[in-house]
Amino acid sequence: MTGALSSRKLAVQLAIWALLASAPYWMPPLGGYTALGTRVLVLALAAMSVNFLLGFTGVLSFGHAAYFGLGAYGAGLALKFLAPSTPLALVCGMLLGGLVGAALGWVIARRRGVYFAMVTIAIGQVFYYIAFQWSSVTGGDDGLRGFSRQPIDFGAFKLDIVSNSQAFYYFVLVCFALVVAIMGFILRSPFGRTLIAIRENERRARFLGIPVDRHIWLAFTLSCFFMGFAGALYALLNNFADPRGLHYSQSGDFVMMAVMGGMRNFWGPLLGAAVFVVLQDYLSSVTVNWMSGVGALFVLIVLFFPRGLLGFVKRGSQA
Amino acid sequence: MTQLLLFNVTNGLIIGAFYALMALGLSLILNLSNVINFAHGGFLVIGGYIAYTITPYVGFWGALLIAPLLTAVIGFVVEGVLIRPLYGRDPLYSLLMTFGLAFIIEDGTRFIWGAQGKPVTIPPFLARPLSHQFFFITGYRLFMVAMVTIAVGLIFALLRYTRLGIRIRAATLDLETVAAMGVNVRMLRSLNFAGGIYLAGLAGALAAGQLGLEPTMGTGLLMPSFIAIIIGGVGSLTGTLIGGLLIGVASGVTAVFAPAASEAVMYVLMAVILLARPRGLMGEEGMMT
Amino acid sequence: MAPPFSSRRFDRRSVLKGAAGLGALSVASPFVIAARAETPIRIGMIDPLTGVYAGVAQNEVMGAKLAVSQINAAGGVLGRQLELLVEDSANDVGTGVQKARKLIDRDQVNFLIGDVNSGVAQAIAQVSNEKKILHIVSGGHTDSITGPDCKWNVYRVCNTTSMEANSVSSLLFGQYGKKWHFITPDYAFGHTLQKAAATDLAKLGGTVTGNELTPLGTTDFSAYLIKAQAANPDVLLVLPQGSDMVNCLKQIVQFGLNQQIHVAGLQQELESLEAMPPEARIGIWMFEWYWKQPGVPGVDKFVADIRAVNGGKVPTARHWFGYTSVHTLAGVANQQKTLDSVALAKALGNFELPPEIKLQPNKCYYRAGDHQLMTSAFVGEAQSSGAGGPEDLFRVDHVIPGDETAPPEDATGCKLQWPA
Repeated sequence: MTGALSSRKLAVQLAIWALLASAPYWMPPLGGYTALGTRVLVLALAAMSVNFLLGFTGVLSFGHAAYFGLGAYGAGLALKFLAPSTPLALVCGMLLGGLVGAALGWVIARRRGVYFAMVTIAIGQVFYYIAFQWSSVTGGDDGLRGFSRQPIDFGAFKLDIVSNSQAFYYFVLVCFALVVAIMGFILRSPFGRTLIAIRENERRARFLGIPVDRHIWLAFTLSCFFMGFAGALYALLNNFADPRGLHYSQSGDFVMMAVMGGMRNFWGPLLGAAVFVVLQDYLSSVTVNWMSGVGALFVLIVLFFPRGLLGFVKRGSQA
Repeated sequence: MTQLLLFNVTNGLIIGAFYALMALGLSLILNLSNVINFAHGGFLVIGGYIAYTITPYVGFWGALLIAPLLTAVIGFVVEGVLIRPLYGRDPLYSLLMTFGLAFIIEDGTRFIWGAQGKPVTIPPFLARPLSHQFFFITGYRLFMVAMVTIAVGLIFALLRYTRLGIRIRAATLDLETVAAMGVNVRMLRSLNFAGGIYLAGLAGALAAGQLGLEPTMGTGLLMPSFIAIIIGGVGSLTGTLIGGLLIGVASGVTAVFAPAASEAVMYVLMAVILLARPRGLMGEEGMMT
Repeated sequence: MAPPFSSRRFDRRSVLKGAAGLGALSVASPFVIAARAETPIRIGMIDPLTGVYAGVAQNEVMGAKLAVSQINAAGGVLGRQLELLVEDSANDVGTGVQKARKLIDRDQVNFLIGDVNSGVAQAIAQVSNEKKILHIVSGGHTDSITGPDCKWNVYRVCNTTSMEANSVSSLLFGQYGKKWHFITPDYAFGHTLQKAAATDLAKLGGTVTGNELTPLGTTDFSAYLIKAQAANPDVLLVLPQGSDMVNCLKQIVQFGLNQQIHVAGLQQELESLEAMPPEARIGIWMFEWYWKQPGVPGVDKFVADIRAVNGGKVPTARHWFGYTSVHTLAGVANQQKTLDSVALAKALGNFELPPEIKLQPNKCYYRAGDHQLMTSAFVGEAQSSGAGGPEDLFRVDHVIPGDETAPPEDATGCKLQWPA
């Protein structure tokens, strides 16, 4: 029984990676374009980072885009003022998002529920506001410009991710795989199991002697590091960083991707991100009223598919 | 300088009254139903547009009376159809629901009334300032403060002295027991939600006279409402009222010394509260779970 | 345990079926589009069709669509029909960049137009420059687009903030006084606008009594107006745009400040005036184009054409921006008989617009040194309604040619770098 289950899981995993690896080839005939695929990967990574907190620890952070945006600005500022090096930009973005998250998480880790959500939204908006106002550093409303991703020098060869969108897609895919592997590893470790226990029943976890607040803070911090990394990739994708990446509506999008794909499932947010990004891209080209479409999607998912698409599939297979 | 400061404090109270109106509606809904209504700004916009649409038929005063009621009716329906199914669930879902609703409302108002702003006129006798010196205290602003005071007074009186109000307050503290005592909790929640939306609609109808009426009008007012609730304390309506006024005054005073920071100051206040007194000025311990 | 949802009327199955149908449609339709195309020439247009700028952006698109239908009726470009692909940037840089890539990579557009938002316009310009696509910025005003950030493939139709300031400054100074107080929206456009006006004022010998930086989306200007009144200026310059402008003017009039101080500003748009109650339509401004120009060839026809598609309403400057952008691209392509971006970009230098496109009395041409259209400034006063009817909300007093308002080419900071 367990053998069959784990081999099915392996098959699913292989299928997912195969799909992702071959995307630049099967996307264009279907009306897609490589940059769209790259965008799906980056936003999926962000959604998975949010889900690290939401689906696996049971903590509702609705202002998480702040760390995404900070990652983008970190990468952009590094490229603009420090050195024209892509790896450095990624590291800087990740550090900025993660360290700020660590500091803030310490302040708010004790709150729960709706109030926690409200506070995270408000804190996220503080960063939006700072990015908007501190225009001498961040470029304000116009955003941070004047930098672009640099080709990566591996010594033996140079990876041109600047003008070659396919090369950049694969670069992002590798980064994605790296982070996803780390995330999966953490979730499967005893620490990860503890997080799930906290999600299931926080009081019981506390009675068992688990330092719940500290675990939540750690989970929050880790998730912010991942978000920062995703944000840095986003800045590289656009060659731009702007305040809207920090806005609470961006947070809402990430949460929706996680919910839509299936919060309880590790790959759920990837599916959710793919559907959301493609749908939004398609709808906004077809009609000016695409916002109603996206809003209606939110409503439908919440009312009828609260377990998300993968949750729906699982139910069907179990029934 | 003192005159400038005094002017700005007075003006800040006027602005704060408006923030308080918005925040109170949000707080009402939050306290009883545990729902963060992201669509609150959208209902404000609806209130404004309905007022604009019916003014040619019922006049300015009629619109002010009827538009919030109509908005509340819409809120009542929305609650029954969209929000009620989500009560037993994780607050995440109602958050996403109102979030999506906000999108639909913004797009819908743009679709129905167009993207361009609509001109709204107020009765000329209100549009004049009190005096040459106190030019910033126009009749309309005083009127707005009066309306807010009446509305707030009514809400507090309702909550304190009527049966419905007492039930709402009880349900905020312990929903199960109230239900066990035979109260129709469904209707209670619906009425409570509608009440909060009424305040949003009223804010919208009032705002239309002051601001440009266009579909994105409500989004900028949502965040100050949040902050007012956080500062005042979740679960306390009086706290929300004070929070709103405080934001208004702080904003006004900061505009004297550092105009660019006048918006930042409310975030700073929020940060201070979160660090020093996380339950808010008048919030009760344990209300935040 | 049976799911509690199965008894609902709209159950999951039916919703899922509907969604599957929609999904299938979305996958199938690109095939449909591909089948329909018989090599038309494509222009991609990116504008914020949703969000705060939706009103003006939708007008730009309307003007562009009119131009496309006119060009196609007259035989198209180089014998091929023109196709306009419109995308929504939603006032978001990431979306704008993504749409630009989509239009260029997937839809293979030959030209690009956009954006109203200067920040998005510049981000898109980076993409268009990378992909060597001729790009006209229709409505983004910040100086740097045809200044330090100028690019060989980017041209701009609307005025720069410097041009706007220069057009009104001497008039205000001469007529109203030398002490100016500014209300400035706190973002790049606002800053450059205010700086340009302050520089002009300093040259004329006046003084700035204060500069109130107002956050974007400010609804209540009372605090700033209190300060402005206390500073006792001769002129109050209102620089915010869109709904901020509407709010500010409404409040100025309600406070009766316009009876104490002269109210003026730089850029004003018909969309904003229309959104104000009649009593708030005051002040001296400049328009980038105005519909009531008796005796100027082509204007009446344009007004009639736009009225037909705009629900009877007259065109605004934004309609004209979209209209001119498309006609410029078609015009230069037909003239040079090629679609090569570099050749066309070079040819657009000093390209003069014919009367039925420029729709203004002065000479209108693209300057070769900075790629800026030398378009006129219409300076005048707002009115609650005028001789031209309920839509005549602006009385034009002077029409100043672009050459006179624009700073000289070498002062813009533009250094064009052409591809090898």
